[in-house]
Amino acid sequence: MATLKEQLWDPIAGFGVTFRTMFKKPVTVQYPFEKRPTAPRFHGRHQLNRWPDGLEKCIGCELCAWACPADAIFVEGASNTEDERFSPGERYGRVYQINYLRCILCGLCIEACPTRALTMTNEYELADTSRESLIFEKSDLLAPLLPGMEQPPHPLRLGDDERDYYSGQAAARAVAEGSVAAGPGGEQ
Amino acid sequence: MGLEEKLPSGVLLTTVEGLAGYFRKASFWPATFGLACCAIEMMEFGAPKYDSSRFGMEVFRASPRQADLMIVAGRVSQKMAPVLRQIYDQMPGPKYVLAMGVCASSGGMFNNYAIVQGVDHIVPVDMYLPGCPPRPEMLIDAVMKLHTKIQDTKLGAHRVAEIAADEKVALEAVPTTAMKGLLR
Repeated sequence: MATLKEQLWDPIAGFGVTFRTMFKKPVTVQYPFEKRPTAPRFHGRHQLNRWPDGLEKCIGCELCAWACPADAIFVEGASNTEDERFSPGERYGRVYQINYLRCILCGLCIEACPTRALTMTNEYELADTSRESLIFEKSDLLAPLLPGMEQPPHPLRLGDDERDYYSGQAAARAVAEGSVAAGPGGEQ
Repeated sequence: MGLEEKLPSGVLLTTVEGLAGYFRKASFWPATFGLACCAIEMMEFGAPKYDSSRFGMEVFRASPRQADLMIVAGRVSQKMAPVLRQIYDQMPGPKYVLAMGVCASSGGMFNNYAIVQGVDHIVPVDMYLPGCPPRPEMLIDAVMKLHTKIQDTKLGAHRVAEIAADEKVALEAVPTTAMKGLLR
């Protein structure tokens, strides 16, 4: 049998919580109408990066595909030729597919990538109506061409040798001279 | 269903279609089908922070007869598959399925004999939502895309024609066994 205090006071105390909540600010996020930024290192959709002159960083080594715990990545490498150059080195990724219906966005591919070709963006609105549309091809994943970049294939544009190219000194010189615009792709 | 299904197609139905689509999407009740970790995010979708009652979806129906949408949240094991199909069969039309998370959509990282490799093997899926698990914003985004789809749904004779067209496309589509790369 409940005591008199329990019978009388407890309902008041309980509804007191309800009453106090009326004066609190609502916590609801108005998502589709106002979008809040994610955490800066949120694991979202992937991006294939480019060198400052527009060549692809991906060398088609398949380390991302090997690191993937869900087997979501398919890479097929091919050799660059002097006439058709997609990346600075010997090889480039001819086919690059990520199946977003397998990908768990864990980021192991990013850790595995030796050239920082593959990174992740904060984009997360990926839902779609068919399986086919959620397999992203290389054209969907490649970073957009920034000012100063040129669509591959084309020969190395910055630096006299590969050392100069990779160290970024040639790119920095080009930016300083004003022939290439600086941008997020101009790092390294 | 009712009178609107029997009416002949024509000028009248275009307005009625829009109106019916608006009503359908504005009270879009999901059936509870939480199977794994995605269900936690689905619960957050219904909780105050991402308040699904803003879209008239706050009631997660435990009874499939009152539900319009089945959010399959989590990996579906072979043993769960017939249950899922039965829940789907018990839902009244028009009904929609949202495969939430990679496991429900394609099996995800569980590429083994115990897990159904995508719920589209069992039920027709209207929206695939990647992510492991997808954050509530992603689920809201998928639901919003589904809302646009429902708004465009046709009625009566138009609907019959639409179903026939969808069926034709599905029959002519390349079978998954003939596909290359990741679609194998």
